[in-house]
Amino acid sequence: MKRPTLGAVTSEAKLLLIGIPVAIWTLLPIYHLFLFAISPKESAFSGKLWPDHPTLHNFAVVFKQEHYYLHHFWQQLWNSLLIAVATGALTLLVATGAAFAISRLKVKGGRVVMNLALFTYFIPAAFLAVPMYRTMGLYGLLNSQWALILAMVTIAAPYSIWVLKQSSDQLPVELDEAAIMDGASPMQLFWFVYIPLMAPALVAIGTYALLLAWNEYLYAFLLLSKDTAVTLPVGLGNFLAADDSPWELLMTTGLIYALPPAAIYYVFRRYMVSGLTQGAVKN
Amino acid sequence: MTSTLTLPESGTMQVVPARWVTPWQTWGSILIVPYIIIFILFVVYPIGYGFWIARHPHSYVELLDDPIFARSAVNTLVFLVVGINIKMVIALLLSGFFIQARTWIKWLSVLFILPWAVPSIPTILSLRFMLNPEWGVINTLIFRITGEDGPNWLNDPTIALSMAIAVHIWKSLPFWTLILIAGRMAIPDDLYEAASVDGATKWQKFKYVTWPSLRTLYLTSTILSMIWTLGDFNSVYLLTGGGPADLTHVLATLGIRYLRLDQVDMSMAAIMVALPFVLPLVFFMMKRLSK
Repeated sequence: MKRPTLGAVTSEAKLLLIGIPVAIWTLLPIYHLFLFAISPKESAFSGKLWPDHPTLHNFAVVFKQEHYYLHHFWQQLWNSLLIAVATGALTLLVATGAAFAISRLKVKGGRVVMNLALFTYFIPAAFLAVPMYRTMGLYGLLNSQWALILAMVTIAAPYSIWVLKQSSDQLPVELDEAAIMDGASPMQLFWFVYIPLMAPALVAIGTYALLLAWNEYLYAFLLLSKDTAVTLPVGLGNFLAADDSPWELLMTTGLIYALPPAAIYYVFRRYMVSGLTQGAVKN
Repeated sequence: MTSTLTLPESGTMQVVPARWVTPWQTWGSILIVPYIIIFILFVVYPIGYGFWIARHPHSYVELLDDPIFARSAVNTLVFLVVGINIKMVIALLLSGFFIQARTWIKWLSVLFILPWAVPSIPTILSLRFMLNPEWGVINTLIFRITGEDGPNWLNDPTIALSMAIAVHIWKSLPFWTLILIAGRMAIPDDLYEAASVDGATKWQKFKYVTWPSLRTLYLTSTILSMIWTLGDFNSVYLLTGGGPADLTHVLATLGIRYLRLDQVDMSMAAIMVALPFVLPLVFFMMKRLSK
């Protein structure tokens, strides 16, 4: 057995001196959210670190939609899910095709399209929100969930195309040549070679687009307004309209809404982190 | 199908048969067209429409006369210059902390990602309630420890804006730390070993090995973060709503405020005024990434 030296203990202590504040800073708002969700209404404001009588009552109220702000909880949760899944699927469809065309088929003008897409990626999303809102009005899509889905695909596609193109460029060109030698058509190359090899990147991009749409607030509240059509974040934002908001219910709903993306993130963490950081580090 | 795709080892095979050119280009066009349609309908057209809305000079005169606009411009600048630099320096330091080989640090790094992984609405609203002057947990603690009332966090424009910046940092610090961790991992170990052999101190290792390798990534990250932060609507809107008295707006929330007041031309004009500052950053990033 080796006994820890004084130096090792000091360096461990120094690391803890950084680690503990980082942990508190990171977890405090999330723990606060959780604490409110499991506290009875009266004791939620007591400032205790753990409630005397933890309860699931708030969850029951939310699930049974027993409050004015929660009348459409299930509908709004469903809307969030529908819009997120549709955005993920459409983004994958559009971005995979575009990345394949640019990277493997070397379509004429592909470089220009790539640059235009990158340009879109770098427009701050809030800057495009107002003209997008007016444009959706002109197209007659306002209050239709298609407006939000299409807006989210527009925002998610550029980065998706870029990441997919980066991964695709790394596949050896001999693959295509071999496929051609075997008499494969471009679509056969796409389905049987490209898609399987790109699977990890496709998972990362699908998740990215799905989470982007699930988490979106600004575009959701601009483009949708009917209580039965909005997504859950808009429903949460509506809580703020009143001064006497039921905060414990707001926090409970918020916690329920935050769980799926956190879970998805941890399941796909490997893909996401490598997918999202590889481009950045390359520079 | 895939199993037949074993490659000839020679590598000298030249495969550019002319008959392939047409179907490849045709399929290429078919596959890229969906994105082009989306780009035209939802990027080109809205931007053109935005310029058209903001075409009248009097919108700009009115905008520059609006004290709320001037205040928002200053706030945005503070947000960018102070907020992002603090965030990036912390991210740089923390990336050094998180690459330490310890099991508990591995676990901490998994938790550390949470603010970035969860949606911003619930957590920002949670923070908003923590800062509530009467019932919030922070002032309750301050009262318990000092016996005096804590500050009215969100009712003082300076404190409120600082809190919005803190919320922004809380939310996006994990992402940038992750990027810089990846950057640090890419630095070859032998550089550090060589420095150790030469008797370099920790600071010298940072100065002569880490920083030169990370400099470009750090700059790129800072600029990208500036662009994204300009579009950060949630941190301000959900925490302060632009208040008190519209003194904590940034450009991202100001545009929506004008839209609510039915002054779309002002909303677009505010964005137009920001473009000369944003576009150079955008072109810098495009040059970086379009290689």
